Amino acid sequence: MKDWGYKIIAARQIDLDSNDLSMADYISRHEISFKWCIGCGSCSATCTAAQFTDFNPRKVNLLIQRGETDGLKNEISKCMMCGKCQIICPKGVNTRNIIHHIKRALSNVGSF
Amino acid sequence: MSKTKRIIIIGGGPAGMEAAGAFNHTDYQVTVLEKEKQIGGKLNTWYKLFPNFKSGTEVKEYLEETLKKGKASVLTNSEVVNISSDKNNHQITLKDGKTLTGEAILIATGFQPFEADRKEEYGYKIYDNVITSVDLERLFSSGKPILTSTGKVPERIGFIHCVGSRDKKSGNLYCSRVCCVTGVKQAIEIKQHLPEAKIFNFYMDLRMYGQDFEELYIEAQQKWGVTFIRGRVSEIGQNIDSTLQLKAEDTLLGRPLKMNFDLIVLLVGMVPTAGAEKLGCSASLEFTSGKFFRVMGKPVQTNESNIPGIFLTGTCKEPLSLQETLTDARAASAKLISYLKEMKED
Amino acid sequence: MASEGKKRIWEEYQKEIADDHYFYVRSCIRQTFFPGAETVFLNILRKDLGKDVFEDARHTTCTGIGYHSDIVPLDTIMTVIARHFALMTENGYKNFVPSCVTSFGLYTEVLETWKHFPEIENKIREFLWKATKREFNKPENLAHASDIIYKNREKIREKSKFLLQNSITGKPLNVVEHIGCHYAKMFPSSGVGGAEFPHVLSGMIESWGGEVIDYPERRHCCGFGFRNYLIKANRGYSVSNSKKKFESMQPYKPDFIVANCPGCSMFLDRWQYTIAEMEGITYGENGMGIPVLTFEEMAGLVLGYSPWELGLQMHQISVEPLLDKMGIPYREEEKYLGKNGRSLGQPQKPQFLIV
Repeated sequence: MKDWGYKIIAARQIDLDSNDLSMADYISRHEISFKWCIGCGSCSATCTAAQFTDFNPRKVNLLIQRGETDGLKNEISKCMMCGKCQIICPKGVNTRNIIHHIKRALSNVGSF
Repeated sequence: MSKTKRIIIIGGGPAGMEAAGAFNHTDYQVTVLEKEKQIGGKLNTWYKLFPNFKSGTEVKEYLEETLKKGKASVLTNSEVVNISSDKNNHQITLKDGKTLTGEAILIATGFQPFEADRKEEYGYKIYDNVITSVDLERLFSSGKPILTSTGKVPERIGFIHCVGSRDKKSGNLYCSRVCCVTGVKQAIEIKQHLPEAKIFNFYMDLRMYGQDFEELYIEAQQKWGVTFIRGRVSEIGQNIDSTLQLKAEDTLLGRPLKMNFDLIVLLVGMVPTAGAEKLGCSASLEFTSGKFFRVMGKPVQTNESNIPGIFLTGTCKEPLSLQETLTDARAASAKLISYLKEMKED
Repeated sequence: MASEGKKRIWEEYQKEIADDHYFYVRSCIRQTFFPGAETVFLNILRKDLGKDVFEDARHTTCTGIGYHSDIVPLDTIMTVIARHFALMTENGYKNFVPSCVTSFGLYTEVLETWKHFPEIENKIREFLWKATKREFNKPENLAHASDIIYKNREKIREKSKFLLQNSITGKPLNVVEHIGCHYAKMFPSSGVGGAEFPHVLSGMIESWGGEVIDYPERRHCCGFGFRNYLIKANRGYSVSNSKKKFESMQPYKPDFIVANCPGCSMFLDRWQYTIAEMEGITYGENGMGIPVLTFEEMAGLVLGYSPWELGLQMHQISVEPLLDKMGIPYREEEKYLGKNGRSLGQPQKPQFLIV
């Protein structure tokens, strides 16, 4: 195969027609408040892990909603379940339960 | 013996009608001039009103009843094209050349929706499945089923906020105030019609400023499952099967987003009624930067124009909701009454 | 799809295009990769339409290729452009017609800059004088070569020998039109039809019997940015953009693509080869590609110029399927023969793409 010196790049736009939204469905079935998030960022602002890593609970929630779950397993391991995000959320989202179900979904890959 | 003072109200929409009703217990001679063939203004178009889904027809009937109780004369098909003022004498000229004179004028010319085809990138009037919020409201009123141009039941419907508002390219920098809550209301209404449909609202900010507005938004999101995506829509294209391809930015993720829709609704903003600028110039009235009529001294003088004797009410001054328009009309009438009572006889 | 909305837009975005007496400047890419295109443009204007088109052999590249790669600074390119205006003035012309769309974009940009900042214009006049002792007048009219053909499309229709139709069934051909980004995206009022629904190529296609396809990625850039492909490692970006367009237009089964920018024509033609060899995917019928024409070549075919004289043998994607559809006669054995009948040599056949 000829070496072209360059490759065709995959588009980086979020394609909501082709993305797999099964994890978002799974989580909202088990935790209804998953869909109440308005992206205000209070959780990320107060997050302990966010102070020293690039973990961002607001982004994690949104990425799952859009079906962009690559690298999620690595990211979610940074959460220490301290619960500060749950205390501050103005919408009453049960963030700890969501993190719990994300971990569950990731460990039962293919069967959720 | 002073003669009866005459008030001319230009505009027979909600503002004009409520203002006229407020003069019912006075002795003034009130004439309402409406350019269309029926009064009611935009109230003839709205089906259910935010935030509590009150029927637009009910409000119109209330306004008509109030008018009937008084002695105001209502002339339809009477478009005003000129105002000439000379101290306490204001003469208006109609399109057919007839004139009327009054001691005070109340301008209630209202607004018209932004012409969405001017936002070329959204393809209104080019792609069949792109409609405006006004079109959707008419569709609700008609009772006809909501279908796409190919006759299928839409499964995915998109709402685009801020069409023609907050947009230098459209020529309107201001916020039209009521489109956000209209978008939330219509999203809920569509879900009530089509429970299986997936609705997406594309917004820059969600301006839920009024009482019960925020609660309506929470209801849309939590009860009806409407998805709100923060980001501007850059363009709409059409696929081979007449569905629409939408491109937007998901600003909270910082990445572009693309998805197909069966139907897209453009939430159009408010611009001053056609002809209002020409009319205002004939009277030497001042305008705001958005070309609405300018009031003299906010927050206190919100109904007085720069010409003594010419008052302003309703959406001809700025975008307002129906509720605010009715309140403003009553305020304008009160101001007009004290103006006339204090008027020195020539 | 309602066309009243489009007609309203086209009425709004009408620009002034000069009638005659043009000063023509050539394009680096078009001359090199589509040599017959500029010749046929001049022939059409001079012989078929009887216009006066003047070329000055002393004009150079507009240096847009250097400016867009951050090699040539803004002052330099403005001085080069000023020199071209000087050549135009010296030869007594007022209507400037560039062949390349990037050049057109640059000339528009520079004239706009000088309009808002006259002190810069004065500075450039000084630079030009110091460098070459030339002086210039700004052109009264600046139009792209495709605008001229657009303006004369009805006359071309009258003289046409072939139409953009299937010669047997009479059905209009499905045509994808691609407008160069620098044509109207920068200054919508400088393009016929504005930026969203440009009419310059649609008008030609409709006048000549074809049907224009509107596909979702119609407005998308083809990826030809000097910055994107001059360095080999960046070319992936270019190819990916073209690929996006091909995937989007394929369901409509276009018969050919026409572009007014020389770079776009080149890329849309060549990248089909690259994508075929890299991934084994082709977008035309029977494993071939979708033929790509420049607007001059399209006008030339309609007027009956011989395909090989137009230089269509230099295209990567074979145009023979299109010629067959239009009923244009050609002799395959003459394809690679030069003007004096000598063989030009034969290109290598690609592995996947059928030519």
